[in-house]
Amino acid sequence: MTHLALREHHRFEAAGKPYLFLVPSAAVVGLDAASDMVMQVLASGEKSRADLLTLADGLFSEDEIDGAIHDLVAMRAIGPIEPQQPMPKILPLTPVPLGTMVLNVTNQCNLACTYCYEYGEDKIVDTDNGKQPKFMSIETAKQSVEFMLKESGEAKTAHLTFFGGETLLNFKVLKETIAYARQRAAELGKDVDFSLTTNATLLKPDVIEYLVQNQVGVTISFDGPPEVQNKFRVFHNGTGSYDIVAPKIKELLQKHRRRPVGARVTLTSGNLDVKGIYRHLTEEFGFREVGFAPVTTSAKRTYALDEQGYDHMLAQFTALAEDFKEAAIEGRHHGFSNVKETIQEIHQGMSKAYPCGAGIGLMGVSTAGDVALCHRFAGSDTHKLGTVRDGVDRAAQTAFLESHHLANKTDCSTCWARPVCSGGCYHEAHTRYGDTTKANLHYCDWIRSWTEVCLKVYAEIAEKNSAWLAQFDREPAAEKVS
Amino acid sequence: MRHLKTLNQKAARIEQIVNEQEAAAAQAEDVVALQRGGGVPQSAPHIPLGCAVVFSPGWEVDRTGGTAGLCQPVERDLFDCHIGCYWPAQVPDQLNHAPDWTAKCAAAQKDWRKIDLIFP
Repeated sequence: MTHLALREHHRFEAAGKPYLFLVPSAAVVGLDAASDMVMQVLASGEKSRADLLTLADGLFSEDEIDGAIHDLVAMRAIGPIEPQQPMPKILPLTPVPLGTMVLNVTNQCNLACTYCYEYGEDKIVDTDNGKQPKFMSIETAKQSVEFMLKESGEAKTAHLTFFGGETLLNFKVLKETIAYARQRAAELGKDVDFSLTTNATLLKPDVIEYLVQNQVGVTISFDGPPEVQNKFRVFHNGTGSYDIVAPKIKELLQKHRRRPVGARVTLTSGNLDVKGIYRHLTEEFGFREVGFAPVTTSAKRTYALDEQGYDHMLAQFTALAEDFKEAAIEGRHHGFSNVKETIQEIHQGMSKAYPCGAGIGLMGVSTAGDVALCHRFAGSDTHKLGTVRDGVDRAAQTAFLESHHLANKTDCSTCWARPVCSGGCYHEAHTRYGDTTKANLHYCDWIRSWTEVCLKVYAEIAEKNSAWLAQFDREPAAEKVS
Repeated sequence: MRHLKTLNQKAARIEQIVNEQEAAAAQAEDVVALQRGGGVPQSAPHIPLGCAVVFSPGWEVDRTGGTAGLCQPVERDLFDCHIGCYWPAQVPDQLNHAPDWTAKCAAAQKDWRKIDLIFP
């Protein structure tokens, strides 16, 4: 008789009930008592059907155990013992349609945030003396639009995100680019969706009016209460920026009603009051969505998150995720976007071979028109994937896909969270280890714990208000840019 | 699935595929024509695969010397040999040893299952 053994999975409990997250399929299933018993017995080692029936004697009928075995085998939670298969390495067929192009319209900034990955101590592109122009010209911007429309292939909608530096320092080119993109897209029967990220210092009334009229999606880099915002988000003379940006943000939020305005908060070792920041940004300002990201930096910086910092952040995230769960169960909106994004991936059962769309469906363009993996690498020669004038360098793109596939990350091969994490951000890996192909081992525990929190939240919402999850049924939205 | 509750879309897709496969297996015919005319849909292309390109019942044996482990049942094209085969040794000797071999097989299309194997 064939023996059965457990296959890769992660068991978790939500509201007292057992569930499985299956690897690598990323399927989520709830267990009944019989299937739970089969899983628990097999956890102590391989067993035959006869062994399972003997152990279940008096608890479950033969029919129940056979049914549970059938379902678990079909879902690949268990199966006959077989040698571990290497992860299949299937590269996406290029060209993949470009869904999102991030345009770095300037690499200059009127703030001097100490932790900035572009301008701060760990930057990878020389934005001071390098060959990249400080501002993108309208010619390059137009060439970028043509590049985007061509590379978007069959897709009806292309997403164009303006980024910096401080994006609004090049507002003139931004406006001309939007007008040009609209015209060219109309000629080609396509739509372009526009968005930008800004530090809010330059949100003057006419700028706000323009963004509202043109339905430009806005994300504001903002760390929250004055004492937090003023710690790192400072002007070149060291003055904090809270008092300058706060009234401007309030004005934008008051006027920009047609698209949700999001806040993007950077967490550092000295700034981890997630709940306090969330309350400040949603209650005092009225942000619809707030997303948090730990600072990307080498471990030696004093503001880098250490293990304790990640633990603290997890506790804070978990508390806010609980609020999110309660809101979802009651059908209310909650703006904690970190949990929302993860839940969307869990709901769809995404099992990723690459951590994000960088270099595939998303590319960054530098001020000179160089195309890179994403906006964080825009302007770096070592991460270049072509130029907007000459198109994507397919050989470079294939080499990138070949060397960054999850199958290469042997550290990840035994981790149950890999369908969700896939090794983590390339830029983070580059900053920590000097190598984009490396898995981000410094936050493995955090990712596993956070994924478990999100699985629990997801399962409870699915049980208590599954209708709320229908909003995630559609295809994934455009890539988040942060 | 009676014992697992599918929560996310991926689990639902796996369940759907498993259900479809099991429904197809339950309805599968034990004999499938190589080709059907008249535009009748076929569940799957039926490609003759086996130990040899041409089946010659009576000659094929599996690795143990029997017929139970053959890739395809020998009955599959037995009657082709009985009636039209150029090599009479491939079918039982109906003159001497097995005169009743086809007695239960009035119409080959319907009754071929009733023909038994003859072992010397």
